[in-house]
Amino acid sequence: MAIPSYATRSERIWHYVFRGLCALIFLFLIGPLLIIIPLSFNAEPYFTFTREMLSFDPAGYSWRWYEDFFTSSRWLNSIKNSFIIGICSTLLATVLGTLAALGLSSRHMPARGLFMALLISPMIVPLIISAAAMFFFFSKIHLAQTYLGVILAHTVLGIPFVVITVTATLSSFDTTLIRAAHSLGASPQRTFFKVILPLVTPGVVSGALFAFITSFDEVVVVLFVAGPGQRTMPIQMWSGIREEISPTILAVATLLVILSILLLTTLELLRRRSERLRGMTPS
Amino acid sequence: MTQDSTPISDADPALADQGSPSSEQNEYFARFVNVQKSYDGVELVVKDFNLDINKGEFITLLGPSGSGKTTCLMMMAGFETPTHGQILLKGQPINDLPPHKRGIGMVFQNYALFPHMTVAENLAFPLEVRHYTKEQINKSVARALAMVRLEDFGDRRPAQLSGGQQQRVALARALVFEPDLVLMDEPLGALDKNLREEMQYEIKRIHASLGVTMIYVTHDQSEALTMSDRIAVFNDGVVQQLADPQTLYESPANAFVAYFIGENNRLVGDVVERLGDQCKVQLDSGETVLAKPVAVGGIGSRTTLSLRPERVAVLRDSDDPRREGLQNCFTAKVQEVIYLGDHLRTRIAVCGNEEFVIKTPNAEGHHALRPGQQIEVGWSSDDCHALDA
Repeated sequence: MAIPSYATRSERIWHYVFRGLCALIFLFLIGPLLIIIPLSFNAEPYFTFTREMLSFDPAGYSWRWYEDFFTSSRWLNSIKNSFIIGICSTLLATVLGTLAALGLSSRHMPARGLFMALLISPMIVPLIISAAAMFFFFSKIHLAQTYLGVILAHTVLGIPFVVITVTATLSSFDTTLIRAAHSLGASPQRTFFKVILPLVTPGVVSGALFAFITSFDEVVVVLFVAGPGQRTMPIQMWSGIREEISPTILAVATLLVILSILLLTTLELLRRRSERLRGMTPS
Repeated sequence: MTQDSTPISDADPALADQGSPSSEQNEYFARFVNVQKSYDGVELVVKDFNLDINKGEFITLLGPSGSGKTTCLMMMAGFETPTHGQILLKGQPINDLPPHKRGIGMVFQNYALFPHMTVAENLAFPLEVRHYTKEQINKSVARALAMVRLEDFGDRRPAQLSGGQQQRVALARALVFEPDLVLMDEPLGALDKNLREEMQYEIKRIHASLGVTMIYVTHDQSEALTMSDRIAVFNDGVVQQLADPQTLYESPANAFVAYFIGENNRLVGDVVERLGDQCKVQLDSGETVLAKPVAVGGIGSRTTLSLRPERVAVLRDSDDPRREGLQNCFTAKVQEVIYLGDHLRTRIAVCGNEEFVIKTPNAEGHHALRPGQQIEVGWSSDDCHALDA
């Protein structure tokens, strides 16, 4: 953003102050994330920079916390649990949320606002309340301390994200395309798979991503609903901090940051590709 | 409002042999029978719509927005259900047939091309639904693209085409599966004027070459006049007149049609005398005008006189020989002259109407008029239609 030639003196000063403020905010947000990366290579079991690290002595750095992570069955097990629960609940939430959004956007839908509010409520109700309620309910129907219980709980938490993103995509969806497909002889089922679904895919994918992230870093509900067998990674990290104070958690955090960046980059590339395919941007 | 009382089928050969009612019924390609539509259960958007369409005909439903014309088209397509009445296609009632089983081609106002498919994939869509073989699909798509002169555009996506090209693709897609009936919902509404005219001829050409029956909806009267075999003029959910373009323009059945089709001057007065095929009307401004009664009651009833701007002659002076043939001659004052190239549009004050418009060709022998000038104008009683008030 260049300064226009007609800018006054005070506008010029503000321009640079503004840039400085932006830089500070970014530093505040990203700094803690960046700090943990070098710290995770600490040779000593501390959460601070040692003298060797600060003088860039290779002896101050090591892979020991990464080794520790990859050889610890507790950590690996928690990662496995997180992925099983995350992927299953994402799939469920995506299918259910997409169908709900399609139904809600139909012009024949009665009490649309009420149903929307119900579906979105897990996002608004304090998590601890949902978690406690689920604990008592799931205990009654023998779902507490099972994979299925945690998956269902996370599905409920993920659905609002899918409903919101798919509804947003559908609001820009041209409904005459559905009529066009019908007039060309396509049955409602064929119209759904060949016309509607391909066009709302970007919304479905970003909704699914949010649902996955929600499940992946969720602590409260898992604490209530899961048993020792369903220890997920956030739980393991939490107890790691509380009980062991081992820098292994820094190695895990670094790996997670890298994983998130890869995931988001892939999705953004996919989204751009699909937009180009749909002719939204000229190629 | 007077509804056209002549049978809708006057051009139909079936009427000539006066066959049994059932055989007569089967002759029509598509029919609307006493169709009514209400969205809210209170107000009727379409009130008792009847229309018999012959095979290969180009029918236009014309009317202002909200007049019910699009609703009628949507009922034929199956996207709306009639509240009352029946719609028949090839003699079969189709009220209970879902849209995708009707086999009717449709062109939408915003084209409704599938943005995630190429042009060729768009055209192949209705053929894949019908389980054509790969070979048949390629052949039909190529033929359809050639028909709309877009042979080299099969691999493009709709977003990469201009509005006119997208409209051609939409047209080709509605025709590629060879439907007998094609519906068009203001298909040229989004195009600029030149392109619109070009597409009008294009559609006309395709209609003539394929012999397909077309129902066309528009609010543009010149488009309707250019393209149609017959036009149904809608207003307020009722067909005001159903006739060929010439009849509509030359002999409007009522004041609405006269006002909606082409330009027209209105003079308001009371019928004072009926003289065979003429009537004498006393205008509110005092003058007496001889007119042709089309839709008026007896003596004393209110009437609107409708007169086309191009049917008013400007007389050189009171000795002009043309005066003989013109039953109505008045002195007028020129208010405004607008130069339009091939003709001049002149606003004059005559018979108490300050908005009276006349059109004079910009040709040899027509002298220029100036604002403020006093002139003599005249018109024949045959061109002056006495319509409902």
